Amino acid sequence: GLVQASRGLHTSSQCLAPMPPMPEHGGKVRHGIFPEELFQLLYPKTGVTECSNITFSLFYMLGTGLLVYLLSKEIYVINHETYAGLAMLSVIVYGVKKFGPQVAAYADQLNDEKLAKAQVVKDLTLNSMTESIENEKKEQWRTEGRSLLFDAKRNNVAMLLETNYRERLHMVTNEVKRRLDYHVALQNLKRRMEQEHMINWVEMSVVSTISPQPEKESITKCISDLKALAKTSQAKATV
Amino acid sequence: MAGKEVSIAAKALRDVKLGELGAWFGSRDMSPKGIISAICRGRDRYLNKYIYVKKGGIGGIAMILTGYVALSYVWEYDHIKHDRWRKYH
Repeated sequence: GLVQASRGLHTSSQCLAPMPPMPEHGGKVRHGIFPEELFQLLYPKTGVTECSNITFSLFYMLGTGLLVYLLSKEIYVINHETYAGLAMLSVIVYGVKKFGPQVAAYADQLNDEKLAKAQVVKDLTLNSMTESIENEKKEQWRTEGRSLLFDAKRNNVAMLLETNYRERLHMVTNEVKRRLDYHVALQNLKRRMEQEHMINWVEMSVVSTISPQPEKESITKCISDLKALAKTSQAKATV
Repeated sequence: MAGKEVSIAAKALRDVKLGELGAWFGSRDMSPKGIISAICRGRDRYLNKYIYVKKGGIGGIAMILTGYVALSYVWEYDHIKHDRWRKYH
């Protein structure tokens, strides 16, 4: 079913336990059978308490009078049961007076054991609850570091992207450079070949025009020139 | 004691004056359910006062047993009458 909206949930930290703790002692009884309230009946009306000097307790007097009346009118008849009752009563009173405290101590000990067991369970539960609260708080603290984690991851991704980009940039420049180098080499080769071809052709044409006679003359002239040059250079060296 | 004015029905029996007794009696719930609830309330009051305590005394049980003895004597009185010592009192 639905939770009634009129009742607030967890409105305060304390829980309103409906059970108050058990009282220490029960109502007072006098002589085991007369509740103490009986003796307080006339106090509000007459102001007479148990300790006043006027009478040895009004109610004891009333009780005695009542007893004598019952006996004299034989409303309470004395027969064989009276004696049996008196004997039993005396035995009971003696037993209670003698063994009462021991029985009470034993019962208290039983009670204390039960309470101790319950208390142990309660303490364990409380401890485990506080531990789990602390663990929860620690987990909450840990989640605060999420932003740092994401920042680091973001940095990683950015670095990867950057690296990739730069690699590709290098690749592009290298490829372009290779192609341009190729074209440059091609041009150089073409120029060289043209040069060599032209030189060869010029040489061939020059050689073909030179006849053997002028060749000999030019060789002797070259030799005489070289000799003259050598003389001048030697002269220069000695100077 | 000028306390607050409560209706007759809300007073406990010990606070009811003699003249109001009839009115009080008439205003109580006398159906079987009411009677049984009254008996239960009385029982709970007695138990909570004398028995459900940490250190109860003999009074709790002794009063019940004494009441039982007295009640059984009252029920047997017609039979016990024949054991009387004197005829005229």
